[in-house]
Amino acid sequence: MGRYFAIRIGRAALTIVLVVTFAFVVLRLSGDPALMILGPEAPPEVLAAFRKAWGLDDPIWFQYLDYFGAIAKGELGRSMRDGRPAIELVLERIPATLALTLPAFAFKVALGVPAGIYAALHRGSGIDRAVMMMAVAGFTVPSFVLALLLVLVFAVQLGWLPSGGQDSWRHAILPIATLSLGGAAVLARFTRSAMLEVLGQPYIRTASAKGVPWRKVVTSHALPNAAIPTVTILGFMVGTLIAGAVVVESVFSWPGVGRLLVVAVANRDLAVVQCILLLVAMTMVTSNLIVDFLYGFLDPRLRAKGAHA
Amino acid sequence: MPPLVSIRDFRVAFGGVPVLRGVDLALGKGEALGLVGESGSGKSVTWLAALGLLPRHAQVSGSVRLEGREILGAPAAELDHVRGGRVAMIFQDPASALNPVLTIRKQLCEALALHRDLQGNAVKAEARRLLDLVGIPDAGRRLEAYPHEFSGGQVQRIMIAMALAGNPDLLIADEPTTALDATIQAQILELLSTVRRELGMAMVLISHDLGVVAENCDRVAVMYAGRIVEEAPSNQLFADPVHPYAQGLIGALPPLDGPRRRLTAIPGTVPDPAKMPDGCAFAPRCTLAAEPCRLAAPTLAAIANDRSVACIRAEASRRALLGIAAE
Repeated sequence: MGRYFAIRIGRAALTIVLVVTFAFVVLRLSGDPALMILGPEAPPEVLAAFRKAWGLDDPIWFQYLDYFGAIAKGELGRSMRDGRPAIELVLERIPATLALTLPAFAFKVALGVPAGIYAALHRGSGIDRAVMMMAVAGFTVPSFVLALLLVLVFAVQLGWLPSGGQDSWRHAILPIATLSLGGAAVLARFTRSAMLEVLGQPYIRTASAKGVPWRKVVTSHALPNAAIPTVTILGFMVGTLIAGAVVVESVFSWPGVGRLLVVAVANRDLAVVQCILLLVAMTMVTSNLIVDFLYGFLDPRLRAKGAHA
Repeated sequence: MPPLVSIRDFRVAFGGVPVLRGVDLALGKGEALGLVGESGSGKSVTWLAALGLLPRHAQVSGSVRLEGREILGAPAAELDHVRGGRVAMIFQDPASALNPVLTIRKQLCEALALHRDLQGNAVKAEARRLLDLVGIPDAGRRLEAYPHEFSGGQVQRIMIAMALAGNPDLLIADEPTTALDATIQAQILELLSTVRRELGMAMVLISHDLGVVAENCDRVAVMYAGRIVEEAPSNQLFADPVHPYAQGLIGALPPLDGPRRRLTAIPGTVPDPAKMPDGCAFAPRCTLAAEPCRLAAPTLAAIANDRSVACIRAEASRRALLGIAAE
């Protein structure tokens, strides 16, 4: 078991290094921060001074080593726009993002999982077809389209809710709804197919054949098995809590990490972008580790394999 | 005294396609009945349908009585009591028949809690006793293990223990040894006949292995295309099969003694359930088929005290077997 997790953690660390490296290289090859921040009319000597101050005139491998050296000392760089530590800028945006993504996650689970289970148990019924139709719609409609649609109906037509900003809890309703609906659809589809797969297994028939009432067959025989694939997708959703709202935050001008990322990329504010990507990679990787751990907990067959791996 | 189970004019269809086309069958207390036939002939479906274990879209009609009481269409609570408590069932593929995420103890004790009036430690003690009974060594420790930690033969033993948990009057063994090695097969069959003898339980042994049925059953019913075509005491059926299909099945077995002979195969294949012929379902493959065979399906009729056959050419068939020239 210990070795199983040592390998997982090693792989996770490698993933983070790769993501950070990729971001580092691409950002430096795709535009000159000096030009982006100071503007094309800035005098050449000012641009040169800016590049020198931020170390941008060093060779890229040198900058790269420098960057990792700083990370080792716990420094994630400063924003080129206002000179504040990048980590500070990012951290102060996280509560705003979590204020959207955490309730959205709760709604996704509360809507998607029961809908999927119900649809699977009543396969072919009107409700099953309705759930699946909504799931396909939620699956295929991009979040910015859904966001605009919700704005059109609830802000423009009905005037019930504000279309953007962060002044009250009412401002959070539409962004949370946008995030929840799409995720709930994915989750409903996934849960339904996991349940259908499990309900067709011989051990479900065995349970019925020994006289277990159907309700208990579902709760104590089917659900624990269907939870195994469902946890995978839930883990992925936890991984997107920090930066899963880029589009939605932009549409609703919600000052979270997602919008900070969009602005920082546009400005080539290198340290800020790198800091966000590092955080995203870390949450993703951590949630994957949690999923791996949960697998071991949910599925005794994997526990045995892990022990021997 | 009514028979333990009596099935009358039992029909099952999936999406309008009939798979059971009128089955009549009775089973006495403590009796061992073999049910043989090719895959798709309806052997398993008969019992899955009788116990209400088929998917909801299956259309089931007829009558299934357990000691005179109709169980077809009975309320769910009553069926749950019958399943496992009066009639238990074990299945073909032991590897997937037990829930992979629950311990053996949970699955075994669940059955005990449902059908036996046991409390607390008595449940676990009984579970241990059942595992001992079916020959799982070190039962106390093994109760905490998961299904994947056992071999196929051991899982089938656990399935038998679980089936015995409710003290059933009837055990349906649906191809219990098909997925197992030959040596394990013999052990499982031995175990089944031992527990049956000791507990005085009736058994239906579903199999396509005639040898297995001949050794373990008092009586045999042969199924073909959703119907019973012949029913007889085992020794009589194997010595003197009357229905041309039963003759074909037995003719396809190599004899253990006597001269070596060519094994005969039944020509043709089982008809598609969606395109059943009008008359006898076996007529297209039958060497004795005559014109009337293609007009109406024959019903199961008694030809002796404890034998019945569904064939209008039964007399001719018998003569052919005994080598008597037809007049």
